[in-house]
Amino acid sequence: MYWLYAITGLALVFSLVASREKTLQALKISYRRFINILPAFLIMLVLVSIVLFVVPDVVISEYLGVENRFAGVLLASFLGSITLMPGFIAYPLAGILLKKGVAYMVLSAFTTTLMMVGVLTYPIEKQYFGTRVTIMRNTISLLIALIIAIVTGIFFGEIFQ
Amino acid sequence: MKRNSVVRIIIISSYAIFIALSWIFNFGPGKEITYNFASFSLDMLKVLPCAFILIGLFEIWVKRETIEKHFGEKSGIRGYLWGILLASTTVGGLYVAFPVAYSLYSKGAKLGVIFTYIGASAICRVPMTIFEASFLGVKFSAIRLLVAIPLVVITSMLLGNYLRKRNYRIVEGK
Repeated sequence: MYWLYAITGLALVFSLVASREKTLQALKISYRRFINILPAFLIMLVLVSIVLFVVPDVVISEYLGVENRFAGVLLASFLGSITLMPGFIAYPLAGILLKKGVAYMVLSAFTTTLMMVGVLTYPIEKQYFGTRVTIMRNTISLLIALIIAIVTGIFFGEIFQ
Repeated sequence: MKRNSVVRIIIISSYAIFIALSWIFNFGPGKEITYNFASFSLDMLKVLPCAFILIGLFEIWVKRETIEKHFGEKSGIRGYLWGILLASTTVGGLYVAFPVAYSLYSKGAKLGVIFTYIGASAICRVPMTIFEASFLGVKFSAIRLLVAIPLVVITSMLLGNYLRKRNYRIVEGK
């Protein structure tokens, strides 16, 4: 994370040295863009805070551990799509589940949909891309996640042996 | 006022009332939801200011021709490679990728590259992938990347072409 601050700081310094006026203009654009999208971010945060309460980690662990792997993949994709968590929470959780015996393909479906399919980021995505394209992109992403899960299952010898 | 903003105001204010009442009457679930809200807001506040400052600087300093050349209609397959490379350095997740994608688009990047960038920033961010590999193994990450990247590029090309034929445009604040 720190390198992000370093790069932003450096970029700002360079920009200020090159032209104070243009930097000010840039910051005005930053501010305007941020304010425009802020309501959508707030809606997303409201949704995230409620969904994470309804579907906490414990529930996710429970559902991913089901006996039937195909059911597990479908459940995992569903949970991954409707929740949102940063990688530093999601991967340790996946690591714990792996040790508990959850299949790789189920974890793959969960982590990939978590990152690619955004039901909760819908308010933001819709703001830029419109409803139709947002639904199309998310549907495609869900299919990609399922394909990845199946290939993962094959390579780890979990299915079609 | 647009219908959309009315809905938003209703959602946000009823949420605020719910939170306030939860704290007054010591309602457990409401308090827990507040903690979720706060911790996620903090996570995003760590990333968003930098992301938007960089977006502003990008808008002012980067020439339209540069983006058109490397990410635009005539960029060919290189445009997709640039999209993936840029995505691998993106932080946060989809919520950062959308505003960046919009900036790229408004500077002349083609739709296929835009969707590749969004897809790739979900799955090939470098710090995230390293983290993933350390918990789930290198084989797991390698399979995921090798399957995901071609699929993301191909579907993005198809989606981009399809939308271009229908004269689709990305407009902020639809």
